[in-house]
Amino acid sequence: MDHVIAARAQMGTSLAFHIVFAAMGVGLPLLVLIAEGMWLRTKRRAYYDLARTWSKGMAILFAVGAVSGTVLSFELGLLWPTFMKYAGGIIGLPFSLEGFAFFIEAIFIGLYLYGWERLSPRAHWLTAWPIAISGAISAGFVTTANAWMNMPTGFRIVDGKVVDVQPLVAMFSPPWLVEVVHTTVAAYVVTGFGAAAVCAFALLRRSADERRDQVLAGLRIAMAVALVAIPLQMVVGDVIARFDAEHEPAKFASLEALRTTQRYAPITIGGIVDPQTYEERFGIVVPGALSVLVAFDPRAQVTGLDRIAPADRPPVPIVHYSFDTMVGTASLLLAVALAWALFALRRWTMPRWLYAAIAVSGPLSVVTLEAGWFVTEFGRQPWVARGLLRTSDAVTIAPGLDVQFYAFSFLYVILALTCWWLLARVGGKAHGGERSSLAPSTS
Amino acid sequence: MTLPLAAAAIALIVIALYAVFGGADFGGGVWDLLASGPRREAQRDTISNAIGPVWESNHVWLIFLIVVMFTCFPPAFADLMTYLNAPLTLALIGIVLRGAAFVFRNYASDSPAMARNWTITFGIASILAPFFLGDAAGAVAAGDYAWLSPFAFSVGLFAVALFAQVAAVFLLQETPRGRLRDDFRRRAIRGTVAVWVVGLLPATLARSVAPQFFAALTSLAAATAIAIAVLLGIAAMVLVARGNDQLARVAVGAEVVAVLGGWFGAQAPAIVPGRWTIDAAAASPPMLQAFLIATLCGAVVLIPSLVLLFAVFKGPISSR
Repeated sequence: MDHVIAARAQMGTSLAFHIVFAAMGVGLPLLVLIAEGMWLRTKRRAYYDLARTWSKGMAILFAVGAVSGTVLSFELGLLWPTFMKYAGGIIGLPFSLEGFAFFIEAIFIGLYLYGWERLSPRAHWLTAWPIAISGAISAGFVTTANAWMNMPTGFRIVDGKVVDVQPLVAMFSPPWLVEVVHTTVAAYVVTGFGAAAVCAFALLRRSADERRDQVLAGLRIAMAVALVAIPLQMVVGDVIARFDAEHEPAKFASLEALRTTQRYAPITIGGIVDPQTYEERFGIVVPGALSVLVAFDPRAQVTGLDRIAPADRPPVPIVHYSFDTMVGTASLLLAVALAWALFALRRWTMPRWLYAAIAVSGPLSVVTLEAGWFVTEFGRQPWVARGLLRTSDAVTIAPGLDVQFYAFSFLYVILALTCWWLLARVGGKAHGGERSSLAPSTS
Repeated sequence: MTLPLAAAAIALIVIALYAVFGGADFGGGVWDLLASGPRREAQRDTISNAIGPVWESNHVWLIFLIVVMFTCFPPAFADLMTYLNAPLTLALIGIVLRGAAFVFRNYASDSPAMARNWTITFGIASILAPFFLGDAAGAVAAGDYAWLSPFAFSVGLFAVALFAQVAAVFLLQETPRGRLRDDFRRRAIRGTVAVWVVGLLPATLARSVAPQFFAALTSLAAATAIAIAVLLGIAAMVLVARGNDQLARVAVGAEVVAVLGGWFGAQAPAIVPGRWTIDAAAASPPMLQAFLIATLCGAVVLIPSLVLLFAVFKGPISSR
């Protein structure tokens, strides 16, 4: 395997794996917090059981998220030492702050998971807050580093050396806010639909009959979170798209596979892109729509790939398909959330097809998350830090990357399978009334 | 104190805290693998309960160390990560498997076969990770990045033995008085002896393989630190034998710090002897300033949280 490809494959696999757990690590504490809060208020047993079930899932997912995040922090150096040599001294601040946020998260997750019997109910509930808050904050800090990679600021290069470093300017590079909001909300989208899907699946299989109260409560809380998050996400996504059109034309042109710079630029939905000529076939063309999206004016000019030097173009088909996948699946998620809201508000009996749609929306939201991440990462190529350092120049000289890639991929498969198996048991047991057997034993 | 030196001091504190607390967790894994006798399952439960609430936060010291290194000493970080790619990757695999296995085992306790597999994985990974971290440290100390050398291996072994000793002493307070506590008391004494025996290896090998490092070790500062470490080890053993478990805990913790002090004393002011000094590898002053301010602010939140965690879960067993 080619050296750079092996490094990118390893980093890509690690991130694709980690991002799911990281997102759950941000979102699940919020669900747990709401569930336990409802229990404190209503004293209904169903909410207590729900909080305990979800917190077991949180324990498993958080642990895998923590170790896979450790892999990433090492891989920054193990795979991209040249990048870190330059970037570490510029963009280290958000990573340092993230370190503390992660610390708080890890401390309070210990207190929460093992504190059920040792803390008063209210104190126990309070320990969930720092987990939820620092989880969101740490995702935010990491995303500011990604924003910097898209638009490196806060330093100058003189004779090949980095000078005039301004850590705060680097941390708050122009795209930071929109990217942070988009990433954080994505976590609530995935967790909301993910948790709702587990509940809906249990209702479909009727395995939840004994614990119907708990499962219905879980479905309500998770769908409520998803219902708030998904429309918000689409608004933020729209803001990002317009930001990219202005500041990251190569990425934006790739999103839409826009060949030539033009007025009345169309949006093409679906379609097959020729990787060489960027010609697009079989797509649905909406004339002028892209110009309207960018500037609310069909006559607005949109930069196409023809203005980007061939060596600086991202892999257009991947970015385009990922973008369409993200927008398409997100629209489906919105439809499911709205359908649920309609039935819930009108107090209509939920039909089986709606439960089935919610059950499908869980995996679908993961697809949306991954596709969105593909858009931002492939859209930045061939740069690791745009305009500053190419991915191919950042890679390590250490040998054996292909072996590493296979080893870590194998490891992730094992972890993912075990995780899945355990979560299925946590879900199954929660509905079978054998809660205590799955709690970590505490002395 | 200069900015680079202040950053280096933070890195050293972080390494020390990871070695003491993360080290105790690794050592717990070693004893988990070696659990034996009629109270085997009770021993494992003790270890599990001791590690459970704290391992995630103990683990963050390592991540924070990585961040400190690339933020404050980026070229040295790049160098270390390039030339020690293999042992660090192996350590990383150990770290991943250990964390995952620990949680998987806890939540698979109703499936004995699954729980057994992850128990074995947890134990082996708990040896693998500190071995290769120690190995990498040895390769750094020797200044040649020769991680496959007998010297580097001997440092790896020493790390495993040291952490096993710390863990056994730490575990004493996590068990009720009685036979179970006596089990760990025997292990604590065995661990201490192992540390002395295994500790002779790198010391002897350094003389011929890493003469510069050996010379530095015998310098006044380093030699003093090592002498203190040995005395603390003896003190810990006496305290363990006399049943003063709380003081023994302090003594072994201090022993680890002293061992690290000997190492740092021997190679200061180098990060990698002959390649990178603290000053040469330091990031720009604005970055270091920002980092130090961030660390001060972070510590204000972190320290009370850590105190709370340990107060809830690590007090003497009778007060719980």
